[in-house]
Amino acid sequence: MRKENGMTATQPITGPVTEASEQPGATGSPSGGRKPGGDARETLYFALRNPKVIIGMVVVLGFLLLGLLGPAFLRYAPMDYAGPPMAPPSADFPFGTTTFGQDVFAQFVAGLRSTFLVGLLGGGVSAVIGMTIGFVAGYRGGLIDELLNMLTNVVLVIPGFVVLIIINAYLGVRSVPMQALYIGVFSWPWVARAVRAQTLSLRSRDFIDLARLSGVGVGTILRREVAPNMYSYLFMTFVLLFGGSILTAASLDFIGLGPTNAMSLGLMMNQAVQWSALHLGLWWWFIPPGLGITLIVGSLYIMNVGLDEVFNPKLREM
Amino acid sequence: MLTLTQLDKVYKTGTFGTSDLHAVRQVSLDVQRGEVVSLIGESGSGKSTIGKMVLHLLDSTGGTITFDGRDVTKLGFRARRDYYRKVQGVFQDPFSSFNPIFKVDRTFETLRQSYFPKVSGSEWRSRLDDALAAVTLEPDDILGKFPHQLSGGQLQRLLIARALLLDIELLVADEIISMLDASTRIDVLNLLGELKARGLGILFVTHDLSLGNYVSDRVVILYKGRIVERGDTTAVFDDPLHPYTRDLLASVPHLDRTWEEVEAEEAGRAARLAGRCLYHEAVAAQGRSLGEEAASAEGSGSGEVPDGVGLVEYAPGHFVGCFRKAAEEPCPAGS
Ligand SMILES: Nc1ncnc2c1ncn2[C@@H]1O[C@H](COP(=O)(O)OP(=O)(O)O)[C@@H](O)[C@H]1O
Ligand SMILES: [Mg+2]
Repeated sequence: MRKENGMTATQPITGPVTEASEQPGATGSPSGGRKPGGDARETLYFALRNPKVIIGMVVVLGFLLLGLLGPAFLRYAPMDYAGPPMAPPSADFPFGTTTFGQDVFAQFVAGLRSTFLVGLLGGGVSAVIGMTIGFVAGYRGGLIDELLNMLTNVVLVIPGFVVLIIINAYLGVRSVPMQALYIGVFSWPWVARAVRAQTLSLRSRDFIDLARLSGVGVGTILRREVAPNMYSYLFMTFVLLFGGSILTAASLDFIGLGPTNAMSLGLMMNQAVQWSALHLGLWWWFIPPGLGITLIVGSLYIMNVGLDEVFNPKLREM
Repeated sequence: MLTLTQLDKVYKTGTFGTSDLHAVRQVSLDVQRGEVVSLIGESGSGKSTIGKMVLHLLDSTGGTITFDGRDVTKLGFRARRDYYRKVQGVFQDPFSSFNPIFKVDRTFETLRQSYFPKVSGSEWRSRLDDALAAVTLEPDDILGKFPHQLSGGQLQRLLIARALLLDIELLVADEIISMLDASTRIDVLNLLGELKARGLGILFVTHDLSLGNYVSDRVVILYKGRIVERGDTTAVFDDPLHPYTRDLLASVPHLDRTWEEVEAEEAGRAARLAGRCLYHEAVAAQGRSLGEEAASAEGSGSGEVPDGVGLVEYAPGHFVGCFRKAAEEPCPAGS
């Protein structure tokens, strides 16, 4: 538990991020020089044979299914006073109950939903912002590039986690989507930088000039010529952003800045600590959410490493 | 058809664009229909920069570009689309000219979506077959392949076919055969000859003097962004005037003459032209001394060619510039 606390609380945005910006970066030049594509089938073939991808995917999808289907089998709502207080796991309450007799399993399932929602929305928001800025800056160059670069650097040096704490404390976070939005708005800079760098090097290729000679506009060129060369990279980026958002959200929830109208895994741990679950020996209250977050985020990173091997033939273990 | 007048290009380099790189200086040339004009110069002399400015892939810093009398120096998106119906380019590296992750067909598909959205599938296919036939490619060998499955020569011909689909009038060919092996070079060169016979104008960019000799009607010799000599191919090759051109030609083998003859001729020319500058002599003959010219360049600026980067007509159709090499050097005739 203590170890997990340490991980969630002291590794704010910058933790996964610095790692992240290097990992796909190691893939090197835009994957255009990579094997010619159209070989989606081949990619899938290697993906399905890569243990890291498989393990990561199974764990993540397992939790996702539990989050999606779980509520259908629950008899109690997460906040209901459902049974005897502080009951250890039993047939009726697979994860036991809290000090107030709430069903921990019901809370866990609801928490999984918010966790995936935060990952999806937060990752989505930062991916959209980062990629848009990266593409435009890299392709247009010149003054636009310099301005966008400045913006990126400003957001990059802002201690995102601290700002999130301030925003959360002052504005209050009512809902999970709101929290995801805030997280997304502060975690895009490294995406923008990486995408910009790759776009910059792709832009000088002759096929971009040829597309321009075909009378095609900037948007079309970015969408049809530049982005497809980076699909694998963009996908991996999204996986990392997904994991990063989950971790940040959990950290915020844990220090009591989570959404007020929803249950989340971080919030569960927050309450567990608040009500001295640790001292009372109620391990079933804090182990499931802690382990859940660790497994989900860990699996996402493992999956990312695996995907790197899949997309980058040089790394494939034959 | 295509006319460049005193075209200039300055690249901003260094952080914050602090230093300037004058890549193209006061370049004036023209290309007519049914004519191949070779733009010859060593690597870094600004050939590609000129080609890209003609193709509107780069903005020019000064000067004008006209096409059929119409000023096309600055074009909006719409006008550029129309311009590209008549003017197309092919570049040096065929493998970089295709998006490596897509089949080569997509290049044609892009063109179709952009310019011929109403043409039916079968009609398009027959046009495509015609264009491929014109560059002696078999559709079945080519279509449905990835770029890395084809040879450089095939890819370059594909790109020419792409240009032909648009029914173009001017082709900018930027070192299109320098990356091909010898056996396919000649095919592509001959293809250019056929295009010329069809009435196309071709701006043939090359660093290889003998290639320029082989295909072109006129040549333009470029050194460090400046035209040093320009004229009919035979005139320039038989009687090179500028020291840079003479250096270049001295290293090119001649089929019809022995080395001794060539060297003797060059020695005679060197003796005749040593310490002289035909450009400044001609300018002086027009009643202006070197000093006056420099002064007028500083003062007026009204279409006046500054700083001796202009050309004089030494013989009909044969132009030569000041005999110094780099723009920074002094004129060998002294001033
Ligand atoms: N995008 C650019 N930015 C700055 N300098 C450039 C750029 N492109 C070319 N140059 C410089 O301009 C000069 C001419 O280049 P280029 O036109 O490519 O020559 P060539 O095609 O004759 O080899 C070179 O010195 C080159 O370094
Ligand atoms: Mg070049």
